[in-house]
Amino acid sequence: MILQALVFYLFACIAVASGVMVIAARNPVHSVLFLILAFFNSAGLFVLMGAEFLAMLLVVVYVGAVAVLFLFVVMMLDIDFIRLREGFMRYLPVGAMVGLVLLAELTVVVGGHFLATGFGGAPAGALPGPAVGEITNTEAIGRLIYTDYVYIFQAAGLVLLVAMVGAIVLTARRREGVKRQRVADQNARRPEDSVEVVKIPTGSGV
Amino acid sequence: MVAIGLGHYLTVAAILFTLGLLGIFLNRKNVIVILMSIELMLLAVNINLVAFSTHMDDLTGQIFAMFVLTVAAAEAAIGLAILVVYHRNRGSIEVEDINMMKG
Repeated sequence: MILQALVFYLFACIAVASGVMVIAARNPVHSVLFLILAFFNSAGLFVLMGAEFLAMLLVVVYVGAVAVLFLFVVMMLDIDFIRLREGFMRYLPVGAMVGLVLLAELTVVVGGHFLATGFGGAPAGALPGPAVGEITNTEAIGRLIYTDYVYIFQAAGLVLLVAMVGAIVLTARRREGVKRQRVADQNARRPEDSVEVVKIPTGSGV
Repeated sequence: MVAIGLGHYLTVAAILFTLGLLGIFLNRKNVIVILMSIELMLLAVNINLVAFSTHMDDLTGQIFAMFVLTVAAAEAAIGLAILVVYHRNRGSIEVEDINMMKG
C-alpha cells in the first residue's frame, strides 16, 4: 500500500512539473519534450489505476505519433520564437487569476462530491464489471468495443480517416517550376504528336 | 492519506487541466504551445474518465477515454496542417496576425 502511494506521488509530481514546464519553457522543442514526459507519467498513473490498455495506447498514440508530429512542425517552420514570447508577463496576472478561479471551482466540485457521498465504493447503479484477475483489462475492453460500441468504434475510425484526408489535402501542393516525370502524359503521347514527316522535294534543301 | 483513492487522481487531473488553461492564457501568441496546452487539458479529461471508470468498476469510461484520444489525435493533425499552410502563405504564426476574416 505504501509502495502504491509512493509510486502515485512520483508519477503525479513529475506529470504536474512537466505540465508546468510545457507552458513555461522558452524553447518550444523543450515544451514538446516535456509534453512527452507528462504523457509518460500519465501512462504510469493509468497503469496504477489498472487501465493498462489505455496506458499503452497513450504511449503509442501520443508519444509515438502526436508528439513527433509536434516536433516535426516546430522544427520545420522557421519561426522567431523569441518574438512570440513577448507579452508572457503581461498575460500572467489575468491568466493566473482565471486559473486559480477554475482550480478553486474544481476543488469545490470534487470536495463537495466527497463531502456529500463520502469516499465509499461504487454507487448502486454501476454496472458490475468483470472481477479482477478473471480477464485482463485489454480483453475486457476488446469485448466491449467489438460488441456494444462497435458503431462508435467505426465512427472513431471514420474520424481518423477524415482527419488524415484533410491533413493531406491541406498540405499537399503543386510546386511551380519543378521538373518532374508525368507518367500519364508520357503514356498518352502518340507518334503523330511527336514525329513530323516532312516531304522535301529533291534538290531544294530543308 | 496513504491509501490512494479517487480524490487523488481527480486532484492531479484538475491541476493538469488548470495548467492547460493557464498555458493558453500565457502563450497568447504561439499557436503551437496553445495546441500543446489543449492536449494537456484533454489528457486531464482522460485521467478523470479513467479514474471514475476504475472507481466505479465500469469499463465504459475507458472506452470513452479511447475515443477522446482518437479525437485529440485528429485535432492535432488537422491543427498542425492548418498551421503549416498558414505559415507557408503568410510567413508567420502569430495569433494576432490572424485577422484576415476580421472576426
